[in-house]
Amino acid sequence: MKKLKYALFTGCTAKQSTPEQYMSTYAVAEKLGIELVELVEASCCGASHLQDYDDFLSLVLNARNIAYAEKHGLTMVTICNTCQLNTAMTKHRLDNEHGLKEKVNAKLKEIGLEYKGTSNIIHFLYAIIDDIGLDKIKEMVVTPLSQFNIAPFYGCHNIRPSELQNESHKKAENPYNPTSLDDLIVACGGVSVDYKEKNKCCGFHVELQAPRTASILTGNAIAGAMDGNADWMVTPCPLCHLKLDTQTHHASVAIGREVKLPVLHMQQMLGLALGCSHEQLGLKHHLTKVDFL
Amino acid sequence: MSTHKITTQKVNFKVFRFNASEDYLPYYEDYNMDVTSEEVVLDVLNRIKWDHDGSFSYRRSCRHGICGACAIKVNGRSTLACKERMNDMIELFGNELTLEPLSIKRAVKDLIIDKGDFWEKHDAIHPYLISDVDEHPEHEHLVTPEEAERLLEADLCIQCGACHYACPVVEINEDFFGPAAFAKAYRFEADVRDDALDKRLLHLHEEKQGLWDCVKCFECAEVCPKDVNPIDKITKLHQMLFKEGIATSNVATRHAVGFKHSIARNGILDEGGLVLYSEGLGIVKHVPVALRMFVKGKIVPPWALTKSKNLDEIKKLVKSSSTAKF
Repeated sequence: MKKLKYALFTGCTAKQSTPEQYMSTYAVAEKLGIELVELVEASCCGASHLQDYDDFLSLVLNARNIAYAEKHGLTMVTICNTCQLNTAMTKHRLDNEHGLKEKVNAKLKEIGLEYKGTSNIIHFLYAIIDDIGLDKIKEMVVTPLSQFNIAPFYGCHNIRPSELQNESHKKAENPYNPTSLDDLIVACGGVSVDYKEKNKCCGFHVELQAPRTASILTGNAIAGAMDGNADWMVTPCPLCHLKLDTQTHHASVAIGREVKLPVLHMQQMLGLALGCSHEQLGLKHHLTKVDFL
Repeated sequence: MSTHKITTQKVNFKVFRFNASEDYLPYYEDYNMDVTSEEVVLDVLNRIKWDHDGSFSYRRSCRHGICGACAIKVNGRSTLACKERMNDMIELFGNELTLEPLSIKRAVKDLIIDKGDFWEKHDAIHPYLISDVDEHPEHEHLVTPEEAERLLEADLCIQCGACHYACPVVEINEDFFGPAAFAKAYRFEADVRDDALDKRLLHLHEEKQGLWDCVKCFECAEVCPKDVNPIDKITKLHQMLFKEGIATSNVATRHAVGFKHSIARNGILDEGGLVLYSEGLGIVKHVPVALRMFVKGKIVPPWALTKSKNLDEIKKLVKSSSTAKF
C-alpha cells in the first residue's frame, strides 16, 4: 500500500492551549504510517468569528491556506472541527459561488499564490476512517481499551451542516445519529456510551459574550456522559476539549451539580490503544486529571 | 403508469401524550403500525387519530409545507410533519420512533404547544416593511433582480418554529430572539424598500436578546424544512452592523475584530492576546483558570509564540483584502 501523506493544518489551538493534541497527532500518525507535511505558512481560519466582521478577508485567508496544501498536491487534514468547517465552507463557496474564486484569486495573485480547488479538506477522524479503515485499526490495536466506558463528544463543526460536511468524506454521517467516533471507540476495544448530548454544542463560541449559556451547555454535556456511566470522554475537537477539560468549575456552578470527567482528544485515545507512551500523548497537560490509567 | 413499488415496514411509535388541564405528568403511548413508503409523518399522525384515538391532538392545516402548523419532533429532531417522508425518518433513526411536541415544556395537549414565545420574538423584530410610502406615487417602486436576490432564502420562512425549538440557546436563555426571528429581521434589513434599516438593527443590537449570543451550532440550518439557513442570516446581520457603522464596542464585536488584529500580527492566533483584546479589564475573571492552564503548559508566554511562516504574505493580504471597518 502506498504510504499515506497529508498536508496538516494544525490550527492555532494545537500550537498553544492544547499542546497534547499536537503531540498525539504526530505520535498516532507515526504508528499508522502516515506522513504529515505541516502547513507552517497557514494562518488562523478566523474560527467562525472573523467572518462576522469581514467575510471577504476570511475567505482570502482560508483560500491562502488551502492554496498551500494544493501546492504540495496533498489532501488537507484538519485536527480542529472549527478549522474544518471554515476551511471546507470556504472551499465550497469558492467552488460554487459565481465569480468568487476569481475575486479571491486576484488577491492571492499579489503574493504569488492561486486557489485551484484541487485539494480535498478532511478532518483527521474521517481521513483515518476513509483511508485506513476501522478494520485495519482494529488489527493494529495492542492495548485494547476494553475496561472503559467511553463517551464520544462529536462537536458541532464536524457534523453540521451535514450537506457540507458529507462532501469531504466517503462515510456519510447523520448529524442526529452520528457513528464515526463511536465506531473508533469500538475499534480501539472500548465500549461507547450513548447519551443525548453527544452531538450537541459545548458552548465554546460564546464563552466570552454569554458565559452562562456556554457553561450550561458544557455542564449538560459532561453530566450526560456521567449519567451514561462513562469513565471518560473523547472528542475530535480541541475547542470542545478546552470547554470540557478546563471549564468544569464554571459548568458545575451553572448547572448546580458537580461535573467532572477526564476528556481525551481522539488522537490520545487512539494512541493509547496503539501503544503510544503517556509522554508521547501529553496526558500531563490536562486540567482534569487523566487518572484512569 | 408508474412502476414505482410501494413497500411496507413495521414501525413502533412512542407518542407523547399530555393534557395540561387534566394530567399532572405526560406519558407515552405505544402504537405499532405498518408504514408504507408513500407516507409522510403527518399521514401517521392522522392515522393515529382516525384509527386509534380520536382525542389525539396536533396542529395541521395546508399539508403542503406552506402553513408551518405541523412541525413536531421525531426522535428529538424538529421536523415538518407534512414534508418529512417516513422512509427518511426510518433511515435516520430506525424502526423505533418517538413523536413529541416541538417543546415539551410548552406542551398544551399532546403535540400542540403554546407557541407564544415564538410569536412574541417574531413580533419584536418588526416583521414587516417599514417605509414612508407616498400615497400618490408617480412611478412604481422598482426593485432590481440583484436587489431582490439579497433577500436570499430568508423570504421562504413559514414560521413553523422548527429551528426555534431546536436552538440550544432558546432552551437556555428565554430572552434570546432565536434563529427564526433573526432570519426574519434579515429578510427586512436586506430589503431595499425598507426604511427602518438601522432602526431595526439598532434594536437587535441594543437589546440583550443576543444577536451575538448565537453559539454557532448549525442546528437551525440543519433542521429548516425550507432551507432558510438562519445561521447564515445571523452572520449577515453581524456583517451589516459593522457595514452600517452601528456596531458598538462590546466583548462580542471586539472578539470578531480581534481575530483580524491577531492574524495580522502573528498569522496564527495569540490566544491570550485575543482574550485580552475582547475582554479588556474583564480578563481578570479568567485569571484563575489561566493560571492552572499555565502550570499545565497550556499557555504560551507572549515571547515564545509561534508565528506563521511567510507572515509578510498574511500582512499584505490583511491590508489589501479588508472590507470592513471598526
